[in-house]
Amino acid sequence: MTDAIGQALHVPWQEATIERIEPQTARVKSFFLRPQSWRSFQAGQHLDVRLTAPDGYQVQRSYSVASAPGLDGLYELIVERLEDGEVSPFFHDVAEIGDAVEIRGPFGGHFVWGPEDGGPLLLVGGGSGVAPLMSILHHRAAVGVGVAVVLLQAARTWDDVIYREELIARDAADAGFALLLSLSRDTARRPQDVGRRIDKPLLEATLARLAAAPRLTFVCGSNPFVEAVSGHLVDLGLSPKTIRTERFGG
Amino acid sequence: MATRGFTGRRPAPELADRIPPGQSLTEAFPVLSAGPTPRVSLSDWSFTLKVGPRPVKHWNWAEFHALPQTKMTRDIHCVTKWSKLNTAWTGVLIDDLLADAGLAPPTPFALAHSYDGYSTNVPVADLVGGKAMIATHYEGKPLTSEHGGPARLLVPHLYFWKSAKWINGLQFTERDEAGFWELRGYHIYGDPWREQRFSAD
Repeated sequence: MTDAIGQALHVPWQEATIERIEPQTARVKSFFLRPQSWRSFQAGQHLDVRLTAPDGYQVQRSYSVASAPGLDGLYELIVERLEDGEVSPFFHDVAEIGDAVEIRGPFGGHFVWGPEDGGPLLLVGGGSGVAPLMSILHHRAAVGVGVAVVLLQAARTWDDVIYREELIARDAADAGFALLLSLSRDTARRPQDVGRRIDKPLLEATLARLAAAPRLTFVCGSNPFVEAVSGHLVDLGLSPKTIRTERFGG
Repeated sequence: MATRGFTGRRPAPELADRIPPGQSLTEAFPVLSAGPTPRVSLSDWSFTLKVGPRPVKHWNWAEFHALPQTKMTRDIHCVTKWSKLNTAWTGVLIDDLLADAGLAPPTPFALAHSYDGYSTNVPVADLVGGKAMIATHYEGKPLTSEHGGPARLLVPHLYFWKSAKWINGLQFTERDEAGFWELRGYHIYGDPWREQRFSAD
């Protein structure tokens, strides 16, 4: 969907204050940022973050917004600590509540979902690739449309599953939502989960959870993950036009 | 505004002036695509030159490879914030395509079209004069599908979304018609040195 306002107006950098930090897993934390000037967004969009060293050196990164537009005034970003990273160690080891960073956006007009897009939806996330999918899930719940959604989430182990408790609770409470976990280095804890990487049979079983072929599929994760998943989905007969991808690792 | 506690990791000083504002150096070659990687076989591959709606010339894979092959080593810059230096490409210059078609640039703008339905707009002045090519090889090897193979546009002085993957045609247009990302909030021109990421930058 084209963001006509975004096209017309320059979006400036602005300060945002870290209001809350929540650990998600051993390597992933959520950061809730309160911008000086709130700008609403579409579920699935990303926010640019800029850090500045004392000598003026700057670095920018893009993070998908994990919260939904309805969390008024706050953007939730999830940051995985990368050992060789330049920015993620800052967030994990240095940043504290009350610190300010610069942000710009949110941006992005393709990997987005709104109620007008309808469903059913298939969401497939690898690791922290679940972030924009959570935004879509929360937005779907908030707007109250009866869109059926299946989320297939890949993680290394049970303890690496980001938003695990929330997703399992939602799986039990929401008849229109199903969660399947693919754990590459762990055993499955629930009958619908598997202790292996995502493969074609698992995607086939996931699709079978929806009464009809997904109107849209969103796949987010590392490039090898997205290549493998989207390739299998095309092999299983989904139209490439209905599959939207977001890849990180750059 | 300095960020409390942030020191950062600077590029080597001799490389610093090759990295546009807001970009970070990468040794890897990240992949960013809006959808699944399309499967294009060489036997089905073709490339069409159009003026407006009218096809004026097309080449199959063998015909395309009979055109003059040019090597180009350039720095590339992706709007998602990474830059990669000294990338080596081989392909056919847009100048040589036009020469083979017996065509002088008929309009000031062009749209590149791809097998997956992607499109992106580039002024013709940025495509001719040795500035751009249809690349079929990267670092001496056939371009892999995830990086746009069999063939992609290479316009290295603009953000890399302009270098359309899986290209199958170039269409000359009278007006600067927005392509896929340009319709979705990204800049109509995309100069990394002026940090033209989004439409009003």
